Amino acid sequence: MSQKQSALGPKPHESAHKHVAGAADYLDDINEPAGTLHAYIGLSTIAAGTIEGVDFTDVLAHPDVLGVLTATDIPGENDVSPTALHDDPIFADKEVQFLGQPVFAVIATHRDAARRAAKKAKISYQEKPALIDIRAAEKAGGKFVTPSLTLKNGDVKAAMEKAPMRLKGEMEIGGQDHFYLEGHIAMAIPGEDDTVKVISSTQHPSEVQHMVAHALGTHQHAVNVEVRRMGGGFGGKETQGALFACVAAIAAKKYKRAVKIRPDRDDDMVMTGKRHDFLATYEVGFDESGKIHALDADFAARCGFSADLSGPVTDRALFHADNCYFFENVELRSRPLKTNTVSNTAFRGFGGPQGMIGGERVIEEIAYQLGKDPLEVRRANFYGPNTGNTTPYHQIVDDNIITKVVDELEESADYQARRQKVLDFNKSHKNLKRGIALTPVKFGISFTATWYNQAGALVHIYKDGSILLNHGGTEMGQGLYSKVAQVLADELQVDPARVKVSATRTDKVPNTSATAASSGTDLNGMAAADAARQLKARLVRFAADKFQIEEADVKFGYEHLDCAGKQVPFEELIAAAYMERVHLSAAGFYKTPEIHWNRETGRGTPFYYYAYGAAVSEVVIDTLTGEYFVDRVDLLHDVGNSINEGIDMGQVEGGFIQGMGWLTTEELWFSDKGELKTHAPSTYKIPLASDRPRTFNTKLVTWSKNEKRTIKRSKAVGEPPFMLAISVLEALSMAVASVADYKTCPRLDAPATPERILMAVERLKGQR
Amino acid sequence: MDFDSKISFWLNDEKIELDKLNSDQTLLDFLRLEKTLRGTKEGCAEGDCGACTVLVGRLKKGKLRYQGVNACISFVASLHGTHIVTIEHLKSDQGQHPIQQAMVEHHGSQCGFCTPGFVMSLYAMWMENADPTTAEIEEALQGNLCRCTGYQPIVKAARNIAKFGSLEQDFLVKERQQNIDRLQALENNTPIAISQGDDQVFVPKTKAQLAELYAAHPDATLVAGATDVGLWVTKFMRPISPSIFLTALNDFDAVQEKDGQLIIDGGVTYTDLLPLIDEKLPQLSTYWRRIGGAQVRNMGTIGGNIANGSPIGDTPPPLIALGATITLQKGEETRQLPLEKFFIDYGKQDRAPGEFVAQIQVPLPKPEAHFATYKISKRRDEDISSVAAAFYLEMGGDKIGALRIAYGGMAGVPKRASHVEAALNGKLLTRDTFENALNAFDQDFTPLTDMRASATYRQQVAKNLLLRFYDQHFGEAESLDTLRQAALVEVN
Repeated sequence: MSQKQSALGPKPHESAHKHVAGAADYLDDINEPAGTLHAYIGLSTIAAGTIEGVDFTDVLAHPDVLGVLTATDIPGENDVSPTALHDDPIFADKEVQFLGQPVFAVIATHRDAARRAAKKAKISYQEKPALIDIRAAEKAGGKFVTPSLTLKNGDVKAAMEKAPMRLKGEMEIGGQDHFYLEGHIAMAIPGEDDTVKVISSTQHPSEVQHMVAHALGTHQHAVNVEVRRMGGGFGGKETQGALFACVAAIAAKKYKRAVKIRPDRDDDMVMTGKRHDFLATYEVGFDESGKIHALDADFAARCGFSADLSGPVTDRALFHADNCYFFENVELRSRPLKTNTVSNTAFRGFGGPQGMIGGERVIEEIAYQLGKDPLEVRRANFYGPNTGNTTPYHQIVDDNIITKVVDELEESADYQARRQKVLDFNKSHKNLKRGIALTPVKFGISFTATWYNQAGALVHIYKDGSILLNHGGTEMGQGLYSKVAQVLADELQVDPARVKVSATRTDKVPNTSATAASSGTDLNGMAAADAARQLKARLVRFAADKFQIEEADVKFGYEHLDCAGKQVPFEELIAAAYMERVHLSAAGFYKTPEIHWNRETGRGTPFYYYAYGAAVSEVVIDTLTGEYFVDRVDLLHDVGNSINEGIDMGQVEGGFIQGMGWLTTEELWFSDKGELKTHAPSTYKIPLASDRPRTFNTKLVTWSKNEKRTIKRSKAVGEPPFMLAISVLEALSMAVASVADYKTCPRLDAPATPERILMAVERLKGQR
Repeated sequence: MDFDSKISFWLNDEKIELDKLNSDQTLLDFLRLEKTLRGTKEGCAEGDCGACTVLVGRLKKGKLRYQGVNACISFVASLHGTHIVTIEHLKSDQGQHPIQQAMVEHHGSQCGFCTPGFVMSLYAMWMENADPTTAEIEEALQGNLCRCTGYQPIVKAARNIAKFGSLEQDFLVKERQQNIDRLQALENNTPIAISQGDDQVFVPKTKAQLAELYAAHPDATLVAGATDVGLWVTKFMRPISPSIFLTALNDFDAVQEKDGQLIIDGGVTYTDLLPLIDEKLPQLSTYWRRIGGAQVRNMGTIGGNIANGSPIGDTPPPLIALGATITLQKGEETRQLPLEKFFIDYGKQDRAPGEFVAQIQVPLPKPEAHFATYKISKRRDEDISSVAAAFYLEMGGDKIGALRIAYGGMAGVPKRASHVEAALNGKLLTRDTFENALNAFDQDFTPLTDMRASATYRQQVAKNLLLRFYDQHFGEAESLDTLRQAALVEVN
């Protein structure tokens, strides 16, 4: 009992034993209340136009159908816009803005009936020309869904003119579907008066609460939103769950019965937002050492028909275009374009990956132009320790460890020797070619919406010594519940088995932020620690009174309290404290210090700190077909002082593979009409176990600890490793470049499907 | 014909008997909605993600073999005489099953939604192979998608199952005889018919019964593995009644080698055929393992794949290149035709109402012949080909002799490249000859652009595959696959 034990460390996920037994309840597994109805959403079949008429006769003829909901059935506002722009209707009322837009919902006694009946609606449209992709939107004048951002430093025009060398280019960067294994789902249970309980698969219960209240025309206190766990989120459930929750809630209040809604996978993929695809165009001025003198770039994004989170997403693309490089003279502009496609949304990295890969393409271009290893160009441009450390948004990079990380990886992955072997291999092989690349990552941690950087936790200690933890973060597989429970157990110095984490609920912790921006542990961990410190202070005071000793002589030990030498077991302590009427519940709170951001001036310190990492990837391509495999990957990633190495490793490896999917096999393919044709796993291909690198080495940086006072001096880990996968694209690019003696940057667009590889090979062969 | 009026099978430890059943009742809905066994998840409802993987145990010649299938596209009517094992049934004397323990210890789950499916797929693998290599694990998991972990910890867990328990102590191994007895008690030759309203389900037990039933109900949907028909129901909500299920036939899954040919019954699954492919047609081994995932290969049949008439058709290009013929049967009448003649046009095959693919005859390559098969897809495994190709070449002296080249994904049907063949036939075997034949592709094919590939890419890659065939067989070029196999490092 008295030996020192740590609650921290690589313990299994708190639900692992349930996951493997099929005993972890996802929303669709929860027993429905008697009489539960089911809703199914009917979608538009055109990308742009107006609704001329609707005929639900055949829908209503279905014996199990109770009714149909349209925009006119919404008691409050027909909107789920997360940014109060009122541009995101629940149901298209008059205007249709993308193919697959929700127009109505069928309510039936069972899901299959609702789904079948939804197909029977007859909707007539007046069709209008639709703008499907970025180039079409630009050609039509380039309308924005939200104001663009410009980041500026130095004098880009003058520096560009003076630069010894210049080049221009562009890169198409594909979007990505989240492909959470559990699709969107919500269940609403009506209560008395205006109240409703909503169970939702959401990363943002507070926002679902707000949206449901708006849609019902009531106040937030009437709506209680709960989520125990999601079967994956990745950003896809930050705003997108609100639609389903609202439909369920509206129907539940209307029919006074519980209502569940779960779209089929294909409909989920068609009607919910994805990672933004981008077109990056750039001009760069540089010298023979590879040093960048000036960079001027535009980042145009396919935002879809509404803003959703496109403002902050395109902002973050600009925030990360610099990655690890100092741009003395720079101007970066975002172009959040309106298109007649589904409104794109948050996805792990939140625009950062697209910005970063644009910046890395610039490095690659310079390297091919100069005939250098891109790593050399990278090193020539790394942020300096003391000078050359101002970002395009005027934050000083004061925790820079990238050189040390890259040095360590370069050696442990044997990069230089392997690069030589790759070059030799390519000389001796006709059809098969290898490529290798080392790319770094620096990722800014904090919501750029500064007010989002707050969190609350509620901790109860019950009379028997068991502890219930609740906080504002949501569990989507990232291990947040595990980590925060570990933090709490560590703070209270108790066995983690004492701590149970209960479902996240808006009536327990109010006004929470989305579990997003990698911030879950940073924010909620601190809030839980705050609650623990309050409880400890009360217990210390109580013990000092009880034993008539100084508070300084009361110390917390593992599972006990040391009161001037007398050890009081935790359970005894709690029982006694209860009898003495000590308040055994505490609400903790945290807000990230130091950060500020002024979007108007493009200046500030939006990030509390940076997380770093680097990757070496080696690939082999077949120049006859464009097929390839990833031969070896070495990752070195900085998580600061890890709270749970097992969970952190999972985030690093999993993030990398997800990023690799984004850049290789995952392709969103729209028809000319704006119909997404890759809308299910049969056509949309995320990586499989056999796509793993044939050798896959992952290490956490052992010597890093967060300079900032984060929880246990750890660093956020959700998003940063995703961008380690940029190394795969660049390695593929090198393999392609080999067919033209590495003289031309292949300008490989993403995703680099076998088709894109082969077409790039053919293009380069033509130039030879 | 006399009929039984109920479907019987075992679900974990419960005997299920159903005398009311619709043709389109899926196993997944049955488990989740009727039996409230909700450990089995729905991820995609099209057999592509594996979250709904359950085991189906089938008795074959007195042996009980368990295989993973996708419950979402399995029909309850196809389960007669089987033992279904779901995640809820897993256990060991130590509590959780060794596979479950290994997954927990290795951080094999994050969000956990795909996890039951992974556990079941690993269980199916482990029962046949208790000491799997990394490559074997990857093959067993081709039909399971995980979006969180990047698979590394799952592969680690799978490599370390032995640390948590042995196969000898496994409950399904120890209870094997009891389960065999249970299933044997369900075996007989009486066909099953269930009618409910307009819906009609037939489950014949012999090929003769199938022939008779189909001749009598030529409008019926034949359901074998359901890897495509399943989607007609779950995605297109198409009615499939009247339906005839082929999964309980006890004389429709034989394979024999005779006179240099493989004679394959229409009901043989991809998995069933795999050992013979490895032995007799090793040039097809890699290709075969890239058809669907393990679950789809356990369900899907060769006859179904052919009868389905897909323009890509995983099996037709290699079978056409080998000169395969098929036997069609209606009632007691049979006829034989070359497989390539079966495919008339997109969506149109030479199959009369009531006629089914009874048998496939595949001539084995001559020892000195060159045979190669290639599959092009965005993702290596469990993806539908954008282009599939097969080449069969025999030399005639120093010239190119007998030659058959077949492609899928290049036209409305799997098709021979006859102009290309003509450009090569009788010519000297040189790379120039092959390069000169490339122009003939434009006479053979005008492929389409779709979400899998553009027309330009399809045409280019089709041409390049011909060159790859030359380079790998006569130019000693290394193959990407060989390099890939050699590169795989065991995960420990």
